[in-house]
Amino acid sequence: MQQFIQDLVAKNHYQATRLLDMLRAVQFRYRYIPADAIELLAGLLAISRTRIISVIEFYSFFSDTPKGQYDLLISDSITDHMLGKKELMNYLADKLQVAVGSVRGDGLVSLDNTSCTGMCDQGPAGLVNGFALTRLDKSRIDAIAELINRQIPLAEWPAEFFQVDDNIHKSGLLLSQAIAHGDALRAAFNRGLKESLAEIDLSGLRGRGGAGFKTAMKWRFCSEEQESERYVVCNADEGEPGTFKDRVLLNAYAHQVFEGMTLCAALIGSKQGFLYLRGEYLHLYDKLQTVLQQRREAGLLGTGILGQALDFDIEIRLGAGAYICGEESALIESLEGKSGIPRNRPPYPVTQGYLGKPTVVNNVETFVAAAAIAINGGAWFAAVGTEKSKGSKILSICGDCTKPGIYEYPFGTTIQAILSDCGASDVLGVQVGGPSGTFISNREFDRKLAFEDLATGGSFIVFNNSRNILDIVHNFTHFFAHESCGFCTPCRVGTSLLKKQLDKIVDGHGSAGDVVALEELCQLVKTHSHCGLGQTAANPVLTTLERYPELYQSRLKLISYEPGFDLDAALETARRMANRNDAGAHLAQTDASGSLPIASFPPSLAVRSS
Amino acid sequence: MTNTITIDGKAVPFEEGQTIMEAATAAGVYIPHLCHHPDYTPYGSCKLCTVKVNGRVCSACTFPAAEGQDVLNNTKDLNDDRKLITQMLFVEGNHFCPSCEKTGNCQLQAVAYHLNMLDDHFPLFYPHRKVDASHPDVMIDHNRCIFCTLCVRASQQHDGKDVFAISGRGINKHLIVNAESGLLKDTDIEATDRAAHVCPTGAILIKRTGYQVPIGQRIYDHHEIDEVSLLTEQQHGE
Ligand SMILES: Cc1cc2nc3c(=O)[nH]c(=O)nc-3n(C[C@H](O)[C@H](O)[C@H](O)COP(=O)(O)O)c2cc1C
Ligand code: SF4
Ligand code: SF4
Ligand code: FES
Ligand code: FES
Repeated sequence: MQQFIQDLVAKNHYQATRLLDMLRAVQFRYRYIPADAIELLAGLLAISRTRIISVIEFYSFFSDTPKGQYDLLISDSITDHMLGKKELMNYLADKLQVAVGSVRGDGLVSLDNTSCTGMCDQGPAGLVNGFALTRLDKSRIDAIAELINRQIPLAEWPAEFFQVDDNIHKSGLLLSQAIAHGDALRAAFNRGLKESLAEIDLSGLRGRGGAGFKTAMKWRFCSEEQESERYVVCNADEGEPGTFKDRVLLNAYAHQVFEGMTLCAALIGSKQGFLYLRGEYLHLYDKLQTVLQQRREAGLLGTGILGQALDFDIEIRLGAGAYICGEESALIESLEGKSGIPRNRPPYPVTQGYLGKPTVVNNVETFVAAAAIAINGGAWFAAVGTEKSKGSKILSICGDCTKPGIYEYPFGTTIQAILSDCGASDVLGVQVGGPSGTFISNREFDRKLAFEDLATGGSFIVFNNSRNILDIVHNFTHFFAHESCGFCTPCRVGTSLLKKQLDKIVDGHGSAGDVVALEELCQLVKTHSHCGLGQTAANPVLTTLERYPELYQSRLKLISYEPGFDLDAALETARRMANRNDAGAHLAQTDASGSLPIASFPPSLAVRSS
Repeated sequence: MTNTITIDGKAVPFEEGQTIMEAATAAGVYIPHLCHHPDYTPYGSCKLCTVKVNGRVCSACTFPAAEGQDVLNNTKDLNDDRKLITQMLFVEGNHFCPSCEKTGNCQLQAVAYHLNMLDDHFPLFYPHRKVDASHPDVMIDHNRCIFCTLCVRASQQHDGKDVFAISGRGINKHLIVNAESGLLKDTDIEATDRAAHVCPTGAILIKRTGYQVPIGQRIYDHHEIDEVSLLTEQQHGE
């Protein structure tokens, strides 16, 4: 192991910023991060072991105990559930004789759940040793179980198990024509760099990752910082359940993504860029490296790009299973080889980002759009869309529709128009913007896709009338509790409390005050959380409670107080210890509001004498 | 340049680079806090110091003071929310104050008094957490850790060591120590380290000092935390 770690660290130039990549390699080889590896890495990288341990314990794809030789993770996205995930998971566990969340006795296989893997248009999906599996069904599972039990290497598994389709169904401004390699950079140099930034300004382009900040303004702020080093970061974390358009852009329009990044580098004066690729998209890694190499060979990356005074290169860094790393400052922490904990702001990344230097972070689609604008001009882009939302938006549509996949629409398009295109019928509602977005009911389909109405990073999940809204809310609420980074109290504790409180109501244990308590908790988490994750974690409850209050109320019991657990069952251990089972050792669930036979346990603060 | 902000209508001067918390403390205005300590880099995790700056919710301990800020601090709405946040900290761990050596000197408890917290409000989590009593002089009771990182920062920024860190994600967050064995006895902590004394709760205790001051005669048995906090913190931090 010593040699392996030594070589690994040397290959990564002794850079602690590349800790995640090194841990990925260790995990891949040993199926966990052995304690010895931690000690070796700490020594060679001159960082504390606690920093390494905290990274291992933060990211879902690292573990400190051995996983199976075949490590299977099945996506827990709501869309996978709608495609029968639960039954499939049971089938899989049964076939492989392994319990969910554990490793089989012989160490050959482990099985667990994972957050949405971005394959919602071709699920149920999963990962095997980090590589995407699509279109799982019983026959495929039979085959997989067989391959595992016969210990067939992944390289010899049928290619169609790993096949990922683009499913582009509707192209608009951007998708209908990919730019020719180098054209955006040439156009920018011909026009002049200042003038090109002015074109981006004129286009009205706003960030496509969700927040919608004006791109030209971000680039200008960054360029005006008095620093010599600046960084360009492409956010390809794409963790919002139901979003998979960046995956398609990186597969089919990778040159344009990198060209957009290089354009940004030219405009702000940067020498180094990063593509932060979510770990779930490992299958794209080699292909993207090839594209980067092609661009170096074509003089579009490296020193003296297109014969101009522009030196710029791009490095790909992989994530390791953490939704929070899509938040730009958490992403930067992760790029630095740390846990993805969002920073305090100010300072913003444009002033102090990667390694404390001015940094532009943009979504994949934003770079694609910027490259096209450099060629076609700001007016071309601004002619499409609405007053406040210029241009087009690329959606990833999934759920109850006949044609899930990628659709590009001008901003201002109605939800109704989108639903007809994707073959949705008997629609109950749509989740626009993923769990952190808004649930809209079928009375609101005249609403529009736009920052000023329904904003979305790309997620668009359709639900038909056979779906239960509370199941959806349950799935989303559990997602946030699982993905909270845990930094701040309102989100760390609040998302877990939300989960408990919602489950209590959904399971029929709620009483009169419980919906009010749920709403109070939602407001607290929303108002006081440190970052966007916590600030939106209550949206699934809030947006459905607003539209379907009766749904929540109908789950409440008619008594005024009901504990969230079975009182009598809770006494079971005590009965066994006391060796009693007589009537006196049992409790009836009382329905009177006042005198409950349990001691509530306040923290007994009242030790103070005053 | 006047360099003043207003907090609850009162004019408060500030210096360039100061946070709202620093300016407030210097001016004798108490903003409830747990993870803030004037000697260490601001962290901003507990969210007890939440204030409203020109209508926007901000953490006073990390947010820079700037001309034109109208800050709301001691309002009923904010204190109600701060109480709920404190209750979250209580239910998340295991805090049995009457049997805790820190009782009466505990800032978590004192803030709860200050905010008039009378019950837990939320269901208790009863997490399984351990006690590390391996070290001859210092012990950790993880049941009472609120992840404020004050011990982490004090060790790094004052003691010149690196004894503590916070690990894990979300609700599984926990304190770890820098030793291959994972035990406090194998770290280089000493009872005289600032990190061994900075904990606002009873999570880090010095052995053999228990109950030297009888319960009932401790700091917050007789003083409100706002008064104690301003008195001690105005002497630090300049
Ligand atoms: C919890 C959370 C997750 C996020 N995930 C992503 C993501 O996966 N991709 C993305 O581009 N932006 C994501 N964002 C938004 C980023 O913080 C940031 O605003 C964006 O990358 C900026 O790029 P843009 O201006 O091009 O949109 C996320 C934000 C939060 C709070
Ligand atoms: S809101 Fe949640 S995800 Fe964001 S910093 Fe707080 S705990 Fe972490
Ligand atoms: S042990 Fe104490 S000082 Fe350290 S993080 Fe926990 S509560 Fe804070
Ligand atoms: S004191 Fe400001 S967040 Fe803790
Ligand atoms: S009284 Fe013990 S932790 Fe507060």
